[in-house]
Amino acid sequence: MKALIGVKRVIDYNVKIRVKKDNTGVDMENVKMSMNPFDEIAVEEAVRLKEKDIIKEVITISIGTEETQETIRSALAMGADRGIIVKTNKSLEPLAISKILAHFCNKENIDIAILGKQAIDDDFNQTGQMLAGILGWPQATFASKIVKEQDNLLVTREVDGGLETIKINLPSVITTDLRLNEPRYASLPNIMKAKSKPIDILELESLSIDVDPRLEQLKVTNPPERGGAVKMLNTSEELIDTLKNKEGIL
Amino acid sequence: MKSIVIVEQDNGLVNRPSLAAISAAKKLSSNIDLLVLDPSEINTIKNIAFVDCIYSFKEKQKDVSAESMVNFLKDFIEKYDYVIAPSGTFSKNFIPRLGAVLNLQPVSDIIKVHNETTFDRPIYAGNAIATVKSKDKKIILTIRGTAFQPVDLKGGDASLKILSDIQEVNSSKFISKEVSSSERPDLASAKIIISGGRGVGSKENFTIIEKFADKIGAAIGASRAAVDAGYISNDYQVGQTGKVVAPELYIAIGISGAIQHLAGMKDSKVIVAINKDEDAPIFQIADYGLVGDLFTVIPDITKAI
Repeated sequence: MKALIGVKRVIDYNVKIRVKKDNTGVDMENVKMSMNPFDEIAVEEAVRLKEKDIIKEVITISIGTEETQETIRSALAMGADRGIIVKTNKSLEPLAISKILAHFCNKENIDIAILGKQAIDDDFNQTGQMLAGILGWPQATFASKIVKEQDNLLVTREVDGGLETIKINLPSVITTDLRLNEPRYASLPNIMKAKSKPIDILELESLSIDVDPRLEQLKVTNPPERGGAVKMLNTSEELIDTLKNKEGIL
Repeated sequence: MKSIVIVEQDNGLVNRPSLAAISAAKKLSSNIDLLVLDPSEINTIKNIAFVDCIYSFKEKQKDVSAESMVNFLKDFIEKYDYVIAPSGTFSKNFIPRLGAVLNLQPVSDIIKVHNETTFDRPIYAGNAIATVKSKDKKIILTIRGTAFQPVDLKGGDASLKILSDIQEVNSSKFISKEVSSSERPDLASAKIIISGGRGVGSKENFTIIEKFADKIGAAIGASRAAVDAGYISNDYQVGQTGKVVAPELYIAIGISGAIQHLAGMKDSKVIVAINKDEDAPIFQIADYGLVGDLFTVIPDITKAI
């Protein structure tokens, strides 16, 4: 089986973001960037399936600026075999991204595409589902467990109310949830080895895919602040009294 | 303008986030229809305010896959200007797929309607709000349930149309579901939520949280750390990628307050933080804080209340 893993370069999850004063977006200057955490889980899962001989080749793809090379290199250091970068300065929406990914699923004869369920920057939670829709493939979103059973996959999904298990045919699209695995740290030898793994770099325009935005971002603003500072209480009696008599809740 | 709201149900009844989705639909269109997969409480559902027509089925459409749902919806929604669903995991699964099949870009998790094409949605775990204008000819939306006032369960008089069953596709098959059953209120609609984090320390210790919650009729929530550590199951997770809640009272116990957790609860009316670390970031967002050992404080409160 051949796997395609989508990885996105995002502001590191530990960074407290700042909205730009002119409300055109979020400040990206001198901010630490990392691979989207859910995509790390996707890479890890693919590498584990490769270690079990279920997957033969792990191809990792990223769409973005020159710097996405760092993200692809991290995926290669974790154990992916080769990388594809689709270069663009445009900020693309999930529909456009999934069209590009669909192009490579077809071109590379992919059997399984694994993506993070959501990018922690735009929080759309759409790309995997859209990719499956475009390709007409089955989908298993929010996966917390993947088991190969003959020619199918048994996938356990994190859903409202608990866990659901479905059986899907291949080829298929899977999106990862937090508890699918714990991504490894790349070892130094593997980081060195990743430097010689092949990366194809293409210009987005060379693909002739319609990526026109459907959403116009009018502005980005700060969320409303919660009013006032915290009032520290000293005892549990004081807390109960406050909630009962001042807030009238309990 | 015509909207179809695809509702999610609990025990046959339209759940609170779906009632909020109807409320958002009302801001966009004068004509609102519902798609209801489970007809068992249809007579109650018919009374929901502002609804014109309910499309449902002879029997409950059980465990419908995203593939089957989209196959059915792609023609069914043709006459509508808006396709609207709540942000539950069921809707989040099929809505984007529907968008892709129709070559449309859905807008997920909206928290405000500015006008017929312009919406607010949180990005970066709610640390910024994007205002976006959709240029699509048909607009597909998911609604953050906590951001809209649910419509009334009475006052309406919708007509009912019965559809033929949704055809199952073969590529995806439902196998099983492990439902974590609980007598406690549902997270999405609870007035009070007691949430436990890493500080609780173990699955066994979580009974301290449960006893407290049961004493005051609260729902239970958890931080990612508590779920990852196996103290409690995944569907209790509150946060950026878990459930987003906004109860009257949210009590965070042993939760340090990572931004990903705050994203799921910061719209709660009153936030109380109980933590032994006075520097925990949760205190920056809380209304009331108590520094102390949860293993003595919580049993004390539970007893005294």
